[in-house]
Amino acid sequence: MSGKTLYDKLWDAHVVRQNDDGTALLYIDRHLVHEVTSPQAFEGLRIAGRKPWRVDANLAVADHNVPTTDRSQGIADPVSRLQVDTLDENCRTFGITEFDMNDPRQGIVHVIGPEQGATLPGMTVVCGDSHTSTHGAMGALAHGIGTSEVEHVLATQTLVQRKSKSMLISVDGQVGPGVTAKDIVLAIIGEIGTAGGTGYAIEFGGEAIRALSMEGRMTVCNMAIEAGARAGMVAVDDTTIDYVKGRPFAPTGEQWEQAVAYWRTLHSDADARFHREVRIDAAGIEPQVTWGTSPEMVAPVSGRVPNPFKESDPVRKSGMARALEYMALEPETPITGIAVDKVFIGSCTNSRIEDLRAAAAVVKGRRKADSVKLAMVVPGSGLVKRQAEEEGLDRVFTEAGFEWREPGCSMCLAMNADRLEPGERCASTSNRNFEGRQGQGGRTHLVSPAMAAAAAIAGHFVDVRTF
Amino acid sequence: MRAFKQHTGLVAPLDRANVDTDAIIPKQFLKSIKRTGFGPNLFDEWRYLDHGEPGQDCSQRPLNPDFVLNQERYQGASVLLARQNFGCGSSREHAPWALEDFGFRAIIAPSFADIFYNNCFKNGLLPIVLPEDAVDRLFQETEATPGYQLRIDLPAQTVTTPSGQVLPFEIDAGSKHMLVEGLDEIGLTLTHADDIRAYEQRRRQEAPWLFRA
Repeated sequence: MSGKTLYDKLWDAHVVRQNDDGTALLYIDRHLVHEVTSPQAFEGLRIAGRKPWRVDANLAVADHNVPTTDRSQGIADPVSRLQVDTLDENCRTFGITEFDMNDPRQGIVHVIGPEQGATLPGMTVVCGDSHTSTHGAMGALAHGIGTSEVEHVLATQTLVQRKSKSMLISVDGQVGPGVTAKDIVLAIIGEIGTAGGTGYAIEFGGEAIRALSMEGRMTVCNMAIEAGARAGMVAVDDTTIDYVKGRPFAPTGEQWEQAVAYWRTLHSDADARFHREVRIDAAGIEPQVTWGTSPEMVAPVSGRVPNPFKESDPVRKSGMARALEYMALEPETPITGIAVDKVFIGSCTNSRIEDLRAAAAVVKGRRKADSVKLAMVVPGSGLVKRQAEEEGLDRVFTEAGFEWREPGCSMCLAMNADRLEPGERCASTSNRNFEGRQGQGGRTHLVSPAMAAAAAIAGHFVDVRTF
Repeated sequence: MRAFKQHTGLVAPLDRANVDTDAIIPKQFLKSIKRTGFGPNLFDEWRYLDHGEPGQDCSQRPLNPDFVLNQERYQGASVLLARQNFGCGSSREHAPWALEDFGFRAIIAPSFADIFYNNCFKNGLLPIVLPEDAVDRLFQETEATPGYQLRIDLPAQTVTTPSGQVLPFEIDAGSKHMLVEGLDEIGLTLTHADDIRAYEQRRRQEAPWLFRA
């Protein structure tokens, strides 16, 4: 018999009950809650006269709708305000811990979970948000759910799940200087496609993944969903344990020792077998830039916008042509020939301290190009913001003509006031370049924080390795 | 939840791969705290020529005549024919809510994104996976035949074309049962409350750090 994968271990530890139809009732250790996908779930509980099964397993924060400018006057948009007020009220009513909009710990749900130690290795973590895959970086089984499942978790602390297939993506060797976690994951998506991971739980491994910081691993796992996989994960090692130690929700004393002993077992066994294995050569990865309206539409910075006439598959060909039309790009345009109007550094993919340091290192001593209308930096949480300010990063950005904002999801999905106008082109460190994602008619190019910063300075994409 | 047994309905073809949930229901409509009323904003950016905001009277807005759901022949469609990886991206359940509210009962595609696929079953909406070549043929037949209808039989797991061709589809037994009977999944899970408590008790011993209040 072959050994267990990390996914097998996490799954097996949480099976409450195996059902006859092949599904299992899976126990959920941590439920993260935000304002957009929870109101209907709380309403469902009320209508059915049900209570949360285990209040202390939940942690809530408002992130999608919150303004990134001065918050002292509250939220101007009455519809957004009602949604945030509804979360506050639901958390009060049901006794759920919430970091409200003015709490210094407030931030993007996928940033604050690990930051607080509320997400721990070995946990099952769910949230009504597809980027919950982020938390898999901790060696946890984490995935997004819909609102009906939010209600199910609130009411029962479980989910009815069918086990996914397992995939190992091994990024072998070392990446070159200037190549980041974001470039690794964009290259992976370019390789396997946005549906390549559908039906799978992906474990990211290999030397290049092990060399990443926790922030970098979170960036990679965050975008597992962009490859179609609900869950991405990385094995626990010293990097993981060092990161968790001392965080507010992390265990202490004897329980810490006990937990660490268990966490050390959270890796795939040497003889574990996966349903699919993909190997990627780290040395071959360049800084990446998406050119289309799906994250798989990506090219290395030295490359060109592809030509649909060279594509033989008819569905792909028409998709490509439609994407280029939406993006207003000519086939064969060099990536470095694409000029940008706005730059967004933030989102659950790239708003952690390491991301802001990488962007600031590029910006330091330079000025935003006059042709760039707005370059904004939105830290992932109040604590990331404070740390960045202590390191003086905010001044590096503001002196270069960037805006330094309050934490939230912001222009990743433009539910608050931060958005692109029709036709505007943006270098963005977020995760989705879908049509209209950052504002109706807006054109998104996904890049790393360093690449976004360099585009803000140059006014167009440049290879950050030679910038 | 509304049960799904048999359904016969007009088919509308949406000939694009990787249709994401941002396209199905754009973000500004996610600010609602209700579960209903999303139908008028289904595919909002493709369907209308102006920019949509919550609370508008959509009957007064300019329609995009090129968008398939605005075409006369597809009015009243209840079966959506789609391409691969339908429903990718955001986990927003507002997407199936909008499709259901618009009047769709079933979606046929060669593949669906996982979270969207699961969300459909919670809302009486049946996602059907058929092989790519079968979907190709359905696209051709739908476009060539005004009034093209499909008959869907969930208990029998078949889709039947107007010419009588029967296309079988796979679906897991649990999801099928929930949908055929229109069951409340939470109620069903709570019949296993003792199992959940027993698991918690065991887990508190093995991993007490997971139960710090």
